[in-house]
Amino acid sequence: MSALNTGRTAVPTQTGVGAAVRTRLRGRRRDTGAIWRGLFFASAIFLVISIAAILVMVGRQAAALFTQVRPLAFLFGRVWAPEHGLYGALPFLVGSLAATGLALLIGVPLGLAGAIYLAKLATPRAQRVMRPAIELLAGIPSVVYGWVGLTALVPFIRRHSGHVTGFGLLAAGVVLAVMVLPTFISLAEDALRAVPQDIEHGSLALGTTRWQTIAHVLIPAAWPGIAAAGILSMARAIGETMAVQMVLGNSPVIPAGLIVPASTLTSEIVLEMGSTPQGSPANNALFAMGLLLLLISLGLIIAVRATRKEATAGVRQAH
Amino acid sequence: MNLNRRNVLTIIAAALVGTTLLAAGCSNGSAANGNGQFSGKISVAGSTALGPLVKQAADEFGAKYPKVSVDVSGGGSFVGLSQVAAGAVDIGASDVAYTDEYKDKGLVDHVVAIAPFAIIVNPGVNVDGLTKAQLVDIFTGKVTNWKDVGGQNQAIAIIGRSPASGSRATIKATVLGDKDFDPKGAVLNSNGDVRKGVATTPGAIGYVDLAFVDSSIKTVKVDGVACTADNVISGQYKIYANEHLYTKGEPKDAVKAFLDMVMSADFQDRNVAKLGFIPVSKMPK
Amino acid sequence: MSAKRIDQIARWTVTAAAGLILLVLGYILGSVLINGLPVLSWHFLTSRSSNLEPGGGISMQIFNTIYIVTLSMLIAVPIGLGAGVYLAEYARPGRLTSLIRLATESLASVPSIVFGLFGMIVFANAAGLGFSRLGGAATLAILNLPLIVRVSEEAIRAVPADLRHASLALGATKEQTIFSAVLPAAVGRLATGVTLAAGRALGESAVLIATAGMSSPRYLTFDPLASGETLAVHLWAVNAENSLSDAARIANGTAAFLILAMLAVSLGIGWFARRLDRRLAGQG
Repeated sequence: MSALNTGRTAVPTQTGVGAAVRTRLRGRRRDTGAIWRGLFFASAIFLVISIAAILVMVGRQAAALFTQVRPLAFLFGRVWAPEHGLYGALPFLVGSLAATGLALLIGVPLGLAGAIYLAKLATPRAQRVMRPAIELLAGIPSVVYGWVGLTALVPFIRRHSGHVTGFGLLAAGVVLAVMVLPTFISLAEDALRAVPQDIEHGSLALGTTRWQTIAHVLIPAAWPGIAAAGILSMARAIGETMAVQMVLGNSPVIPAGLIVPASTLTSEIVLEMGSTPQGSPANNALFAMGLLLLLISLGLIIAVRATRKEATAGVRQAH
Repeated sequence: MNLNRRNVLTIIAAALVGTTLLAAGCSNGSAANGNGQFSGKISVAGSTALGPLVKQAADEFGAKYPKVSVDVSGGGSFVGLSQVAAGAVDIGASDVAYTDEYKDKGLVDHVVAIAPFAIIVNPGVNVDGLTKAQLVDIFTGKVTNWKDVGGQNQAIAIIGRSPASGSRATIKATVLGDKDFDPKGAVLNSNGDVRKGVATTPGAIGYVDLAFVDSSIKTVKVDGVACTADNVISGQYKIYANEHLYTKGEPKDAVKAFLDMVMSADFQDRNVAKLGFIPVSKMPK
Repeated sequence: MSAKRIDQIARWTVTAAAGLILLVLGYILGSVLINGLPVLSWHFLTSRSSNLEPGGGISMQIFNTIYIVTLSMLIAVPIGLGAGVYLAEYARPGRLTSLIRLATESLASVPSIVFGLFGMIVFANAAGLGFSRLGGAATLAILNLPLIVRVSEEAIRAVPADLRHASLALGATKEQTIFSAVLPAAVGRLATGVTLAAGRALGESAVLIATAGMSSPRYLTFDPLASGETLAVHLWAVNAENSLSDAARIANGTAAFLILAMLAVSLGIGWFARRLDRRLAGQG
């Protein structure tokens, strides 16, 4: 600290004493600089250590499962019945993918519209309302989403569908759609804003309407960014836990429809993690599901990187 | 000045990380000194259903022994069992008796309360009682309409708990026996959620701890017997489970004092019934 | 249909969609606040929660929440900022950098329940912290790191290069430039990121149930090794496993308070960031 301050006062002087002091201070400066650089680097490495530790912890339990159950019987097994020695995770995998897909189906069009509105149509005053609103949407605890879903959405779906309960993938999809909106909107808006203004002005100058410009110029130009927003929303949706398990019904079967009880990887983990003996195959299977989730997320991240590379390549071509 | 503050923050963070590492070396057991006063920490983890009872005990124990702090955490029955078996906590709270995985771990069982389970239905269901055989048919998915068990023509919606939960294990043990639950029934994560689900779903049936019975749902008699504490004590109502606190080995010092207090007639009479549990002493041996 | 007509319809649709988003938010906030605001009395906010009798409050949960969120930020912000600085200022393209980025992004996608288990095994058990505020805060900090790293890196990159050049030209070292020129200029954006992270910490329950515990010390204490139930955990616990006759009332009140706290944090830091931006702009 003090070294930094002294460093700042060490303006070059012409006297010999000054030069000597300067050299000394330079030495100290370099030392503190190296220390800071080390700290920055250590912080970055801390992230690598964290994820590695999580992977090792989850992977170890998952590996324990695969000494008892064949990986394929886990991944493609259709029946989850630990009491009968069946550890099929397919119902949860299907549920996770379906709920996430549904969330994107509902959330992406709505979020894209919201992003377009914010980036291009909203007056500054409307922006001042909309932006904190979206931030707030991101800040609502998932327990609250789940509770509103359980007390309002599930009965609503039941009343209007004629199904017995209203639990299921549809309810989960709607809740997740609302929950991914903040992520999607803020990223998609950034992507839309990042499109160079001259492209837009050029289009408008050609006499197109505002909407034609948005639909035919702006969105295609921002597409890689929008796709990345979609993929990150997907990662957010597939990992969400507390809200989903309250509206899903959580039956460990491959759902026969959108409005029958179903399960996801996360809902199953949260439901049974605390109530299965540590080290038992059922408990290990839950860790294996966690590993599966991590691998899916990792795949999604690699997908985002690919779209980003495409985006930079596109921009480079444009120039 | 920004620079100052940021450096201070970094130093604090470094100190915190250091503390974390240092604390690894410290143990948090409890100790007794000469005059019967205890100091230190008692940690309890496990069943959330037992949470309110344990927290109440923690408050009362702390009033008696100000130097002892009792930390209570949730996670589920088997988190409690695993943690106490590993020696990570002093007491594991569980809704179920320990399984084979834990039999060599030296766990000592302390049954602290009896939890009766009520079979609940949506208030719109005009059935007041079911036989055990009818319950089996409903929960296994053989009967799917209330008209087949004496009610109106309405589909039955099962809302239960997860297969590994203590509640479901109790229903399986006391009602279903060797038959299996219909896997297509809806599953919710807690007593409160099941009550909410049954209350808002026409034609729904579920099961909750007696403590959770309120006016939003309707309780049905089983084989003509209502779910009340008296009927459980007299042996007529069979759907109930023991609530356990487990210790690794015989409890000592503060932990022993804590368990003694929970088992004392005074604590049991004042608190256990309020939570809808039945005091252990009331049950015939 | 003419292009002009399509333009009108499309704009109308987009605006309606934006309206729908506000409506959804309004509905959620409305249903929470209408049920919860009447519960928020002075007594409710200042008395301890009760296990067996109706009439409990949330004073300790409020304290625990502030404590744990602050502590987790004290851990996460320096590390996250440090990693952000490294990525923005030092990292060269290469295997190591792409590994760090991959780690950050994967960490962001770990489901919170997995963090909870990780925190329990690492901090509560292995590090011997037990179910403690420190253990909960440390776990929350790791959960929030990726967000803070990303925001810091972006904030630092957004600082104009001129500022850096000017500082370096004055003879400042790279580190001095970072601390006295770059970071102060990035503070506004950093604040937004910290708000988002604090908001997430405020609402998180799955992570804390088995790390920070579900009870509170009997006395007001700053002991980091005491367990501390936060508002979000309390909300979950009261909803799920509390048979008190006024459990629903307490849940509604807790939810309303949590939402108000969230609002206060986001408005407060937003205001702070704007003020800071303005001041810096005035200086520049």
